[in-house]
Amino acid sequence: MSTFLGMPVAHAPRGVGHLRGDEPFPAAARTALANPQLRRNLQHATTTIRGKSGRVIAELPDWQELRAAGSALKAYTMANLPRLLEQLEEKVTAAGGVVHWAADAAEANRIVTGLVRATGEQRVIKIKSMATQEIGLNEALEDAGITPVETDLAELIVQLGDDKPSHILVPAIHRNRSEIREIFLRAMPGVDPALTDDPPALAAAARRYLRETFLTTKVAVSGANFGIAETGTLTVVESEGNGRMCLTLPDTLITVMGIEKVVPTWQDLEVFLQLLPRASTGERMNPYTSMWHGVTPGDGPQNFHLVLLDNGRSAVLADEVGRQALHCIRCSACLNVCPVYERTGGHAYGSVYPGPIGAVLSPQLTGVEDNASLPYASSLCGACFDACPVKIDIPSILVHLRNQVPHPAGEKAVMAAAAYTMDRPRLYARAQRAAKFAKLVGKRGRGLPPPLNGWSAARDLPTPPAETFRDWWRGR
Amino acid sequence: MRIALFATCLADTMFPAAAKATVRLLERLGHEVVFPEAQTCCGQMHINTGYQKEALPLVRRYVRTFEPYDVIVAPSGSCTGSIRHQHKMVANAAGDSGLAAGAEQVATRTYELSELLIDVLKVEDVGAYYPHRVTYHPTCHSLRMLRVGDRPLRLLRHVRGLDLVELPAAEQCCGFGGTFAVKNADTSTAMLADKMRHVLDTGADVCTAGDTSCLMHIGGGLSRLRTGVKTVHLAEILASTEAATV
Amino acid sequence: MSSKDLILGRVRSALGGHPAAPEIPRSYRRDFPPADLDVLIERLVDYKAVVHRGADVAAIVGDIIGAGTLVVPPGLPPEWLPPEALLVDVDEADGVVTGAAVAIAETGTIVLDGSPDQGRRLLTLLPDLHICVLRPEQVVASVPEAVARLDPTRPLTWISGPSATSDIELNRVEGVHGPRNLHVILLEV
Repeated sequence: MSTFLGMPVAHAPRGVGHLRGDEPFPAAARTALANPQLRRNLQHATTTIRGKSGRVIAELPDWQELRAAGSALKAYTMANLPRLLEQLEEKVTAAGGVVHWAADAAEANRIVTGLVRATGEQRVIKIKSMATQEIGLNEALEDAGITPVETDLAELIVQLGDDKPSHILVPAIHRNRSEIREIFLRAMPGVDPALTDDPPALAAAARRYLRETFLTTKVAVSGANFGIAETGTLTVVESEGNGRMCLTLPDTLITVMGIEKVVPTWQDLEVFLQLLPRASTGERMNPYTSMWHGVTPGDGPQNFHLVLLDNGRSAVLADEVGRQALHCIRCSACLNVCPVYERTGGHAYGSVYPGPIGAVLSPQLTGVEDNASLPYASSLCGACFDACPVKIDIPSILVHLRNQVPHPAGEKAVMAAAAYTMDRPRLYARAQRAAKFAKLVGKRGRGLPPPLNGWSAARDLPTPPAETFRDWWRGR
Repeated sequence: MRIALFATCLADTMFPAAAKATVRLLERLGHEVVFPEAQTCCGQMHINTGYQKEALPLVRRYVRTFEPYDVIVAPSGSCTGSIRHQHKMVANAAGDSGLAAGAEQVATRTYELSELLIDVLKVEDVGAYYPHRVTYHPTCHSLRMLRVGDRPLRLLRHVRGLDLVELPAAEQCCGFGGTFAVKNADTSTAMLADKMRHVLDTGADVCTAGDTSCLMHIGGGLSRLRTGVKTVHLAEILASTEAATV
Repeated sequence: MSSKDLILGRVRSALGGHPAAPEIPRSYRRDFPPADLDVLIERLVDYKAVVHRGADVAAIVGDIIGAGTLVVPPGLPPEWLPPEALLVDVDEADGVVTGAAVAIAETGTIVLDGSPDQGRRLLTLLPDLHICVLRPEQVVASVPEAVARLDPTRPLTWISGPSATSDIELNRVEGVHGPRNLHVILLEV
């Protein structure tokens, strides 16, 4: 054991995958905020889901107890991660599966690409999976001459629209029905030109388009919501049946699972299967959940590979405050309640993990310097903490990470000066009185220099009072 | 009861009316208010901006200054939240377990105004008079860090002459978030725009809250747009009487 | 060093020895009254399943399928099939008739475990109509009871209503890749 101690932390490598954006959050957000259609789509979708989720959560008298159990189960899992991973490997192997270990995105892509190549197939069907988006698997497969076909409706919308996902659960949340219709008309081979924007008609179009692909593709790639260490059972939670298709029809199934997704015992699913659907899609239970145990003769894929992915997760685990970001079960409730996400959408975060959880997870996976603006992409309103089904204290992690971010020199000087002054009451009182001269910056603050002009662009500064409270108190 | 006032740096410097109102209100209710002059700032801005180390002396100052007092009140949910939830963490992060223990102790004796009135002083009707149409913004830290719940509303419902109107989407953040309003000014403004729309929809002439910081933000927007709606701290409403309204 | 050793080494290093693992507070509901069939029906209907009650399964199946074709798992009780049923291969079938392993009233969920009266997973996936026969003793009130009854080494499919998606404006829309019609027959004895 002791030989392992002191091993350097390894973040998700640069140059592969989708954990880093092209520009800092404030700049990306500015673009998104100026898009009225996006604003309307997001506002409508997040309001809808908040209502649905709130109603089904209210049906459970023990929601808080379930949250407490979920939170503790995740903490237990992290504390016992090496043992649980080895147990999972043993059980999956005994059930006829093959387990691979991928230290980072590049290795995971190599493993999966190699496994597909070994089958001789040129095309794979995919179930929506955050892990494979994170590592950029589709690009790696395409580079190897293999066509990945996304089968989840929202992923299909994103793929056909040559777009990027913007939400953990509903990657095309930024699109409304008429935009989806336009994408289908433009990019879906064989689509009926009379297609309407009626959601059932759009769903039916996806059904027709993918049917033949499901029936003729021999390899599927999935993620996993839960991997049970005790039994080796893997679980995928979904809605449309595309997951069932991918997990049932092909000869070969390759599942890429983050190491933090392991769950200690079968019984523990009784907690997560109550928390996830209600927090996620706002349903009592999602339409389909598939569970498989290695290979079942005569039923489903006869070759099963499980790829266990680190890609920076062990680095997250090394931070005692930040490690609870690994407790995330990818429900996206924090996105749906976040006032920042609701207005900027997911693309502004740059990473496949947007919203509050993305703001704490992405910088930890990559190292904070590569996502330095994300810990600040929150007003610390705390709505995410309340909504999280496993009680991840996202605001506290945000504050914690802000301490690790390299600060701008000017800001550092101002903050140090402010702290110095505030620790000296007499100096502080003099500085307070000087605040009266803030009038010099122009009427109600309009003449403030950057970055403070961000405030005064839309808000007046208060008129400084004639005397501070302290002076008033002395004069009583 | 002898109550120590933590005025907060923002109220002390920019919004003394809120701190003065807190004094007037508590004295009217028959309590003695003291203002320990060694106080400055709770350090929240530093902590929340990523300057925890710089905040350490401010945490120490707060704990030392208020240690001698049994009951401490702050007219701010946000500063009370920082004192209660962050001071101990800052001390622990600096490896100062003695300070952490002190911070925890002082934090348990520090109350936000509505908590003090209802939980400690056991009063809902403070005898105020305020003849205005008022809407209440709960502020994130009062709502979700302190869980003050409906305490401010219970106090407001007893104010004579006051027409209390419900704020739509009240639980949503106004977009202030301390330095968030500067670092992410565009997103903050988008949040503020919605908050102002909801305030204006109520037809209230006053928007109140338990935090001068959020009120500075909402009020700054309402003023810039010349809406004619003003922001007033909860303490000022509760301190108002027929004899002295704000 | 293998990637396995590398990853496990990093994880152990990150944990720094033996971090304390919390006790799991299992104070959530774990004792439940007998399942309420009315709740099951309400929840199934809420998610657009069609519910039938009766003792004559064959007659109900006959009414549902009409002149359509059926596929059935090898161990389906023969008395559940109407005598005039047109049995075909799975890829030609309009519908499938199965039993179930367990059903959960609180969530409106049916779970299949690949037993002989349910068959391999493909059977309930390709046809556009799934008729599932439930015996009263298979219905439990809650998720914890269902988990306790199920065998995690079998392929399990949890079904809550017909195929659906929330991908368009976050509204639930029925009918994507799985069966678009789910009928549940509650067997009355």
